[in-house]
Amino acid sequence: MEQIGILEGRQKQIFEKRKGTTQADIACDTSSLSGSVSQRACVFCGSRVVLYPVADAIHLVHGPIGCAAYTWDIRGAVSSGPELHRLSFSTDLQEMDVIYGGEKKLYKSLIELIEQYKPKAAFIYSTCIVGLIGDDIEAVCKKVARETGIPVLPVHSEGFKGTKKDGYKAACHALMKLIGTGSTEDISKYSINILGEFNLAGEAWIIRQYYEKMGIEVVATLTGDGRIDAVRRAHGATLNVVQCSGSMTWLAKEMEEKYGIPYIRVSYFGIEDMSKSLYDVAVKFPDRPDIMEAAKLIVSEEVKTLYPSLQKFKKALTGKKAAIYVGGAFKTFSLIKALRSIGMSVVLAGSQTGNKDDYARLKEMCDEGTVIVDDSNPVELSKFILEKGADLLIGGVKERPIAFKLGIGFCDHNHERKIPLAGFIGMYNFALEVYQSVMSPVWQFAPRKGGSL
Amino acid sequence: MLLRHTSKEVKVREGLTINPAKTCQPIGAMYAALGIHGCLPHSHGSQGCCSYHRSTLTRHYKEPVMAATSSFTEGASVFGGQANLLAAIDTIFAVYDPDIIAVHSTCLSETIGDDLQQITRKARDDGKIPEGKYVIYASTPSFIGSHVTGYSNMVAGMATQFAESTGAKKNQFNIIAGWMEPSDMREIKRLAKVMGINIVLFPDTSDVLDAPQTGKHVFYPKGGTTVAELKSSGDSLASLALGSISAEPAAIALEKKCKVPFETLDIPIGLTATDRFIMAISKVAGVNVPDEITEERGRLVDVMCDMEQYLHGKRVALFGDPDQLLPLTEFLLDLNMKPVHIVSGTPGQRFEKQMRQLLDERSPETNFKSGLQADMFLLHQWMKNDPVDLLIGNTYGKYMARDEDIPFIRFGFPILDRIGHSYFPNVGYGGSLRLLEKILNAIMDRQDRDALEEKFELVM
Repeated sequence: MEQIGILEGRQKQIFEKRKGTTQADIACDTSSLSGSVSQRACVFCGSRVVLYPVADAIHLVHGPIGCAAYTWDIRGAVSSGPELHRLSFSTDLQEMDVIYGGEKKLYKSLIELIEQYKPKAAFIYSTCIVGLIGDDIEAVCKKVARETGIPVLPVHSEGFKGTKKDGYKAACHALMKLIGTGSTEDISKYSINILGEFNLAGEAWIIRQYYEKMGIEVVATLTGDGRIDAVRRAHGATLNVVQCSGSMTWLAKEMEEKYGIPYIRVSYFGIEDMSKSLYDVAVKFPDRPDIMEAAKLIVSEEVKTLYPSLQKFKKALTGKKAAIYVGGAFKTFSLIKALRSIGMSVVLAGSQTGNKDDYARLKEMCDEGTVIVDDSNPVELSKFILEKGADLLIGGVKERPIAFKLGIGFCDHNHERKIPLAGFIGMYNFALEVYQSVMSPVWQFAPRKGGSL
Repeated sequence: MLLRHTSKEVKVREGLTINPAKTCQPIGAMYAALGIHGCLPHSHGSQGCCSYHRSTLTRHYKEPVMAATSSFTEGASVFGGQANLLAAIDTIFAVYDPDIIAVHSTCLSETIGDDLQQITRKARDDGKIPEGKYVIYASTPSFIGSHVTGYSNMVAGMATQFAESTGAKKNQFNIIAGWMEPSDMREIKRLAKVMGINIVLFPDTSDVLDAPQTGKHVFYPKGGTTVAELKSSGDSLASLALGSISAEPAAIALEKKCKVPFETLDIPIGLTATDRFIMAISKVAGVNVPDEITEERGRLVDVMCDMEQYLHGKRVALFGDPDQLLPLTEFLLDLNMKPVHIVSGTPGQRFEKQMRQLLDERSPETNFKSGLQADMFLLHQWMKNDPVDLLIGNTYGKYMARDEDIPFIRFGFPILDRIGHSYFPNVGYGGSLRLLEKILNAIMDRQDRDALEEKFELVM
């Protein structure tokens, strides 16, 4: 590993915070270098993860089999009712379809699907090949919508047409077509939509409960435990509350423009940000002081039990170091704060899709000596983890085995989290998971951190 | 009931695939390439392909899986991906320094007409490939075949692009591994050693995807078939291809290029297939079967006899890949079990014919479908119409097993929710014994669970 250096052309996407230096902005929002072992995915992936949790719609992947196979039930976005989203539907395009076009097959598949499953709507994802062979999926979708009477929405997610972020946008674009088609009667003035919360391990339920306890009506959760009917009436809400800024800010902006609904950005990770996300919403309803009172009460009651329970973790973890490499940069901010609250410092912070502002803010937040990276790769991650002596890596599926090979703890803060990490209870779960992994006795049997015991 | 929408009535579907029993070619090519020492697989397509394949292999092996991507953009898909691939080759040799780059194509690069042979030749002509380093390739568009044929194409590419015939035969045999686990490859090597023959096994993912914890992230683990071994495969006395779909094309390529004769066998899963494998080695190499192996066989047969009463007539549904399904079905029949439904998403007349032949002879009433719309939805419908006692297949089978409340054995690719497949083989007599143990445990655990109290037995 020693002989593998930093990829040439990557220096601009790496930054080490040093005293008294004024370094240029980190380069981001670029496509990955050809030939790099990037941890990033494609446009399709972005669309698929955003729309995936809509549970009463069918999600048909128009393309060869792989794109449907790899995205079959890979995200623990739980539903309280229908579970159509957990099945895998594909047109399984073959060579002849590529030559003669796949429109007929798409049409037949849709008719078969809708007859079999009677969904509330259908999302049709374009894959790379569909963009090349020029299938007019808009036309097919329109035809099927007319014949079946349900919304049939094309998602323009050809893999090569940008980055994962463009996929988020394509997904939001499809959602925008649904929003505004339902009745907004009976929606309270004191109402919000929760955007960018995908109900992994049931997190959206926790968040929803807090807001409902405050006396606020949650019109739609986009898209966690999502339902088509709720999405259709989302324009009736008074405020959009946006988490996971990368995926849903675009939608919030569109809704602001079209329906005049203002939005705020929040995060539900860690005590500080979780509390703030309740206060920030309450502030928007000044004519109802009881909402703010309720928010304060929730926070004080939750913190009263949570804070003492964190102390044993903090005691054990104080002085330990963490490395963070996640999809969106916004999450990184919360994680840094959450880790600090249990005594840990962050020595490496990075994301796959952060933008300029995100990285500027990261720089501000981080301690001296922290390495900040955009679109990193396993070589870099391993190198910095070893150099900086991290005890924990927070990342996703491809990062997990790297942490374990290096002999350090790991926490999945991505699709594969098994327990809710959001909300106050989520902070406890997070601390517990970090504590259990970092303090596990198994590391004593592993030659730790690059071979030295 | 996750699959509560599965209807009992089977209707002919013309377009739709529901819950596929296959995935696409490139992941097979990536897996095969990891079985060459010092090789970095390279995906010539969009970033997502590479990311999905690495994630799936990582989930299956719980190991870091390294591969690079051409990172296609809109420009590349208009003007062709040659510039991306040439740039990628530069980057990879400069930064990741592999001995070999194994490039596979994707639906995107194939459709725009990128010719990997021509581009890799250009890379060589332009001096982009350092002395002593290699770039090999395989054409693996996702709209043809399945992950199995993608594997097969890359393995055939190894034979075509590495094997050399020096004119002097070496006292060694090639064993071409069909799609199997690192544990299976390790077991094949052990069996060959016990039989006393020298082999070149390729590909070989043992010590790559079952690497020990060392405190380091090793980019190129110690395992994998070496370039020297691959080159020398052209001088071997003969090849044994394990699997007519996933391994035979490489054997044919070797015969064509270097006149190495070959025999195609099933992957040695189960008693009879292992018998054929051992006898083939004995015959081709002119060696006797040592007692050690005869005794291993004896132990398997002993357990088959001891436990036969628990297996009679047990009805099984299975799905997976052709080269595993054939010997597995045979093994089940040898155990007097009844394969009731068999499904494989991998298309191909060869497999269709082989499986039909086996079933016509020994189990003509079995439902069998492969290729398009041979998916898990169909299998589930069949199971609803004609219930089974046991389901065998990859992780995705767990939905059906749960809904139908039947025992389930994980077998095949991918296995995302259990460990073991990397470490404990299914091949050879020992591997078959383990498989038999799993079958027995699944059935007997269920028998215990369901037994009335007065019938709940201590001794079974």
